[in-house]
Amino acid sequence: MAEIAWALGKILFMLVFVFTVLVVMIWGERKGSAFIQDRIGPNRASIGGVIRLGGLVHPVADVLKLLFKEDLVPGAVNRFFYTMAPFVVMVIALVTFAVLPFGDAIYLGDKVIPLRIADLDVGILYLLAITSLSVYGIVLAGWASNNKYTFLGGIRSTAQMISYEINMGLAVLALLLVYGSTRVDAMVVEQGQLLFGFLPRWGVFLQPLGFVLFLTSVFAETNRTPFDLAEGESELVSGYNIEYSSMKFALFFMAEYASMIVAAGFISSLYFGGWQVPWLDTITLREHAGTFLGVSLWVGAVFNLLFAALLWKRYRRERGLLGDRRELEPLVLGIVFFILALVCLGAVVIASPWNLGEQGAAHFATVVQVLSFILKTLFFSWLFIWVRWTLPRFRYDQLMKLGWQLMLPLGLLNFFVTAAVVLLAR
Amino acid sequence: MSRRALDRVQERFGGQILETNDYLGDESITVAAGDLPQVLEFLRDDPQCDFKLLLDVVGVDYPDRPQRFDVVYNLRSLDQGQRIRVKTRVAEGEAVPTASGLWHNANWHEREVYDLFGVEFSGHPDLRRILCHHEFEGHALRKDYPIEKGQMCYTVEKLLPEEAVLPGRETRHEGHWNAEGGWEGAPGVALADEIHSDYLPVNIGPSHPATHGALRIEALLDGETIVRSEAEIGYLHRCFEKEAEDHTWHQIIPYTDRLNYVSALTNNVGYVLAVEKMLQLEVPERTRAIRVIVSEMGRIMDHLVCTGTNLVDIGALTNYWYTWNAREYLYDVVERLCGERLTTSYTRIGGLYRDLYEGFEDDLRGALKKVEQGVQDMMALVQRNRILMDRTVGVGVISAEEAVRWGYTGPCLRASGVAYDVRKAMPYSGYENYDFDIPVGENGDAYDRIMVRIEEIYQSISIIRQALDTLPGGPVQADDRRVVFPPKDEVYNSIEGMMNHFKLVFEGIRVPKGEGYGFIEAANGELGFYAVSDGSGRPYRVKVRPPCFPIFASFTTLIQGSMVPDAIAILGGLNIVAGELDR
Repeated sequence: MAEIAWALGKILFMLVFVFTVLVVMIWGERKGSAFIQDRIGPNRASIGGVIRLGGLVHPVADVLKLLFKEDLVPGAVNRFFYTMAPFVVMVIALVTFAVLPFGDAIYLGDKVIPLRIADLDVGILYLLAITSLSVYGIVLAGWASNNKYTFLGGIRSTAQMISYEINMGLAVLALLLVYGSTRVDAMVVEQGQLLFGFLPRWGVFLQPLGFVLFLTSVFAETNRTPFDLAEGESELVSGYNIEYSSMKFALFFMAEYASMIVAAGFISSLYFGGWQVPWLDTITLREHAGTFLGVSLWVGAVFNLLFAALLWKRYRRERGLLGDRRELEPLVLGIVFFILALVCLGAVVIASPWNLGEQGAAHFATVVQVLSFILKTLFFSWLFIWVRWTLPRFRYDQLMKLGWQLMLPLGLLNFFVTAAVVLLAR
Repeated sequence: MSRRALDRVQERFGGQILETNDYLGDESITVAAGDLPQVLEFLRDDPQCDFKLLLDVVGVDYPDRPQRFDVVYNLRSLDQGQRIRVKTRVAEGEAVPTASGLWHNANWHEREVYDLFGVEFSGHPDLRRILCHHEFEGHALRKDYPIEKGQMCYTVEKLLPEEAVLPGRETRHEGHWNAEGGWEGAPGVALADEIHSDYLPVNIGPSHPATHGALRIEALLDGETIVRSEAEIGYLHRCFEKEAEDHTWHQIIPYTDRLNYVSALTNNVGYVLAVEKMLQLEVPERTRAIRVIVSEMGRIMDHLVCTGTNLVDIGALTNYWYTWNAREYLYDVVERLCGERLTTSYTRIGGLYRDLYEGFEDDLRGALKKVEQGVQDMMALVQRNRILMDRTVGVGVISAEEAVRWGYTGPCLRASGVAYDVRKAMPYSGYENYDFDIPVGENGDAYDRIMVRIEEIYQSISIIRQALDTLPGGPVQADDRRVVFPPKDEVYNSIEGMMNHFKLVFEGIRVPKGEGYGFIEAANGELGFYAVSDGSGRPYRVKVRPPCFPIFASFTTLIQGSMVPDAIAILGGLNIVAGELDR
């Protein structure tokens, strides 16, 4: 019973994590693109006319709008597949998470609860299997819509997925050789050590070429620019999702971001140490838990105070400029930060010096590691956005050429060289 | 300019030339319809005439004459630097032999004359309506067609024949079109044939993100390769030329804003120069310089829009904002200058709407700095970008010779390596006083077209700076009461001034009887206004030569055998502005 409860808890955590990051990513996409393009970006939606959070309220408003829009279904579609397609895409994006370790484990006495949903021996194969299914959603959407543009989008997507899956698989195979395991969590554990005594033993340092291949393939798999051919806004109008409206469209939209988050999670787990904090392994973290907590609370207090002061200054400066309740936002947020600063300070003053005990130190280490995973994932999610607003789009045949004529030979080369090195080093 | 061409043609054809004319320095000859093909061919191929460029085919309707229609071919020689008009007269029901064998773009120009006047062209390969829809009855530009009579269209025209969808013909994957319109290169096997399937007919437009306006291309796809395509224009047609016949010369200026709405300032200048030419009116030096400044501003804005949107079509979205932000600074200046951003109507016949405002120079110099910065930012992103180069280098190639035969002008022609720029070849409005270069491309591909435009932005900035440095003082209106309003003081206090004002407002400017062709280098190429005056206050006929019309005529040939994304990339680089294409 407890097992099931823990599993459900982990699934819930993962869902909450994905949907939270998803909202942040949509915000990041809009605000980040605005930053890259010298624009202001969304800043109008607000809660109660006060809280705008620099546009972070917008995704909520977007979803609400899409929920209440009319769900139009064109007359000539194949209704069953047409309705199924967005769910396929979304579900597949979400279930990939099952093998992704988002932390080491929770230690309750002698009970160990590993922080991953499914305990699969073939974790990495599961990843490959599930991601290759995700093309079905897009193909179904393209075909069932009974529209030539969606159809072309679906075809492009199929060819692209099939070509780049091979490259992704080759990059992952080389990783298998290096780590000697198909379990993603085992790979992450391996990356906790140091290389040459100073470099974290991350996949990216062991497999630099493999990383580049994997990253490129993942961009192609998630249909992001420069590989967004299935969508191809200026060519295929909007590609496979032209005929979708309302929440069905939103599902495609969210699935794209969800699969980006998954991809970012896998990039960080396979090549950047996952939940490992560089140079700080679990043992060190536990030993110095008290010190770390004290220091971070001090730092937190100082930064929160700084934010509060800046916001107060801004409130003083901009009072009377807008002439409505929006002016109160810096004040409200400033008070929040001030309270946080007080909490941090209070915690430091009252409870110092820290003695967490063995159990507490373990929990502390776990929390820090989960945060490390989240930060890495967020960074790679941002990378997706960054690249999208920088590069133009490939042409269909160039994409194929890149996949088959350049990346496939490189992937094979990488695989065989890795195999040789692993064999000789044994 | 000598009268070499006129002499040569008279020497060769003698009595076949019915009439010659060089009113206002525009040489023109009139020949019988039957002689037209040989005269045109001689003019094109004779080395001393060398009229390689067909600019326009114009129809004029004189209902009172027995031979009621004039059909005018406007020619331009690139090497010899001369222009000539060849006219022929036909009666209703008579046919003019087509010139589409001599120049590719004659095809569309003649279709336009057929559409709007009902003049038949014998031997024309594809004589259909072009600007008006296929259900239209009558011919809109005939004098007896009522101006207020609009006609609705309720059906879609099928552009490609049914049997074209069936497979069984070779597709052209590798190779190019030669000058004769034939295919050079290996004929590939159609994908559709291999998998026993039909070709896929797809409508690109009229409502499609990449058409930037409304035009329709019906394409037949083999996989994603365009096997065959057919273009349809006219979705924005509002018959500007008919409207012009119903307005005074001055009232037409706002209509010119809406031709190429991206660079309205340049259009304003082009129109008033044509009318001033017919009036033989000299404007003050200051006005000439200001006109140069505003038309270069128009050119910069146009090029920024074109390159920005072209890159969006290729998928590089960020550059769009780098160029459009820069354009926004220029628009601020334009707004302060004439109260409007898009529809400027800044020029007047004989002058300008008003003089430059206080602080214009500082504003403009500041805006130019921002433009330079924006263009540099954009170039840093795309100039050596591998993906962009893969997408544009060698895509949509058109050779210099073919470009001339298609009637290309402007950046698209220069990208193919022909250094023809009206500002250098036949300077107007004082362009001879400024020092600037004509950027020329090598390959005539999409990449060259982007780069030529970028370099032209820098050249235009340099011209504007020179003009600002040497801007003369003085009035901006010509001192000629035939066209320019008297000062308000005189209007209120003297009967002559009042009458003068009254006559100008109610009757309009009286342009002397005759015809003239005014031309400038607009952002897209040569923008020409061919005007006929009957001496009344309203024009008898105004014909615009929109630079993108012949360019777009070549589009379906350019994209043949390329893929859909290529077609989109090419379309953006040609800078088709529907407002001027459809008029």
